[in-house]
Amino acid sequence: MTVTGGSRELTVPMLARVEGEGGMHVVVQDGRAVDVQLRIFEPPRFFEGFLRGRSYLEPPDLTARICGICPVAYQFSACLAIEDACGVEVPEELRLLRRLLYCGEWIESHALHVFMLHLPDLLGYDGAIEMAADHRGVVESALRMKRAGNELMTVVGGRSVHPVNVRVGGFHRLPEPTELRALRPMLAAALDEALAAVPLLARQDYPDLEQPHLYVALDAGHGYPLESGAALQTSSGLRVPVAAFGTHVVEHQVGHSNALQGRFDGHPYLVGPLARYSLHHAALSPVAREAAAAAGLAPTCRNPFRSILVRLVELVFALDEALRIVDAWEGAPVAAVAVEPRAAEGHGATEAPRGLLYHRYRIDADGTILAAQIVPPTAQNQPAIESDLRSVVEGHLDLDDEALTRVCETAIRTYDPCISCATHFLRLTVDRR
Amino acid sequence: MAMGGRTVTVAGRAAGADPAAAEEVGRDRRPTLAVWKFASCDGCQLTLLNCEAELLALADRVRVAYFPEATRAAVAGPYDLSLVEGSITTAEDAERIQQVRAQSRILVTLGACATAGGIQALRNLADVAELAAAAYPRPDRLAFLARSTPIASHVTVDHELHGCPIDRGQLLEVVAAVLQGRAPRIPSGSVCTECKRRGTVCVAVADGLPCLGPVTRAGCGAICPAHHRGCYGCFGPQDTPNGRSLASLLGAAGMAPTDVVRAFRTFNAGAEPFRTATGPALPTSVPDAAGGRP
Ligand code: SF4
Ligand code: SF4
Repeated sequence: MTVTGGSRELTVPMLARVEGEGGMHVVVQDGRAVDVQLRIFEPPRFFEGFLRGRSYLEPPDLTARICGICPVAYQFSACLAIEDACGVEVPEELRLLRRLLYCGEWIESHALHVFMLHLPDLLGYDGAIEMAADHRGVVESALRMKRAGNELMTVVGGRSVHPVNVRVGGFHRLPEPTELRALRPMLAAALDEALAAVPLLARQDYPDLEQPHLYVALDAGHGYPLESGAALQTSSGLRVPVAAFGTHVVEHQVGHSNALQGRFDGHPYLVGPLARYSLHHAALSPVAREAAAAAGLAPTCRNPFRSILVRLVELVFALDEALRIVDAWEGAPVAAVAVEPRAAEGHGATEAPRGLLYHRYRIDADGTILAAQIVPPTAQNQPAIESDLRSVVEGHLDLDDEALTRVCETAIRTYDPCISCATHFLRLTVDRR
Repeated sequence: MAMGGRTVTVAGRAAGADPAAAEEVGRDRRPTLAVWKFASCDGCQLTLLNCEAELLALADRVRVAYFPEATRAAVAGPYDLSLVEGSITTAEDAERIQQVRAQSRILVTLGACATAGGIQALRNLADVAELAAAAYPRPDRLAFLARSTPIASHVTVDHELHGCPIDRGQLLEVVAAVLQGRAPRIPSGSVCTECKRRGTVCVAVADGLPCLGPVTRAGCGAICPAHHRGCYGCFGPQDTPNGRSLASLLGAAGMAPTDVVRAFRTFNAGAEPFRTATGPALPTSVPDAAGGRP
């Protein structure tokens, strides 16, 4: 730390335990946070550029490589957009199998974030490995839950990072009902462990903060939003067809970031667990709603610090839902339906663990991609995260730099920002003047 | 230190660096592990966290000195083992990898990005400015190199793990081998040998599916053919690939020439045997009056 003249500058180590490479910069002047920037350093990889000229059958495999934490989200948003362009809807059995694979991704990602990335902040550790020295049982339990998600993805998808079994129109191979049934004991045990973790998380202290952001989530029309949906629902009461996403959301490129930032009708907005939960609490399964009540959550949650509780509820839900699908699965008539190309544009959106993920493709009559657009959750959330940081900084100006930095880091991590998606280490700088 | 300009960040990142923690490490006899990220999707480093059954036992044997995705603790180098994910796509990263190498006793690269440039190396075959304009309204505000290059083009690499993503078993093997001071046992040969071993009926012969298995490095356990699809080459070229002859076989089997080119130009497009298997470049730039974004 150096003190020069009237201005005070502080550089603290990078913020860790987020997916991707970025930083934060805060300027404090006369008790006001005059500038708050979430900086994204993650080098651009130009997916939207090189997708042009590729085949309409390739985006599920290609866009999966945008993010190793949520490849299934990319695969399914891509499938839906292309199927939409080609005028195809997959049969109900295949939709359910997609939902099952997606549950695997939610389980893996939420177990990782809740217990290994976020919980160390609450219990005062640098990370899960350090936390394991005193709380080995908690970390072992988290690893078992995470493993249940990965096993599910391996059985349905072929592997957990970048599953190989997904294709436009469905799957390459259908899992046998016996293979899915064999997952039952592991999923049931993980559900018990997730429920058992509720009291530990419920008794932690969460800073007070109520944020007014517009919430946006998919409206599935068939339960809690996940693998598909034709419309978006907002907390202001709008219902927007997915195809109209682009008329409401405009992306801006800001100088401090290699990612584009999205605004909904001009306003910062929030996608992800808080939005899904608050808009679709009624669609949760009874066991997930009970877990929410036991965690002390009302049907709406506007405190980003409590998002860890919401993620835990969604973890419970995903395990419960996976069990439901596994128990009912009797196979499907075909592994995939034929999807013939035509000159058209298609839109697709699904709920990645971190929130709404939108894809749009324009293809020509022989299936060559002419244009592609991908809007990941973190790009949409960035303005809202910055606005929350401003509130957090201004609410904690009495803290010294180190403590303030900790609070800001925690605030950023509550969003589980995926910077690999948005275009990974965060570096936090606080500049007090 | 001044407010976090990018230069500062690079130095800060590579230096890792908490002197108090460094002193503590002096008393800690465990070998140190560092995990570094360059342009990538995080999928390869996630593979380390996905070793659920082994992670805590591993953490007892090695000191996780630098792994920002998992911990905010950062111990200064040197490190006994550095795992490097991602490719070099910016001038800063080209500098940072030199600092990583200088601080690492053994350096192991993870995955198609680090070993071949990754899917982002598709830019090497295209007009990068035009690609950037398709994704960003103001590409002039971005800093990037025209080519995505593997780590071994910049520094000496001790071991390479292939795959997009890497195989968990291979990762554990290479870490165990480095700790035991022996050479890692990584299979050579093609995906075909793994299909034979697991008893998968050849999807190319039996079902006529296009398959890159004959030219692709073994290691995944031949997952795709077991899921009734041809291998799409995510482990990159095997040691003695005959890409050109497979390309002509695929063509003879009825695959359209553009699709043959596309098949070789994915996550390992930057690997020489795949890049040259099909001759001229893929027409990534479709003339489009509307420009990039739809
Ligand atoms: S090689 Fe593939 S899985 Fe590994 S970081 Fe690169 S894109 Fe991700
Ligand atoms: S079969 Fe080929 S494409 Fe499939 S996982 Fe193995 S190496 Fe990758």
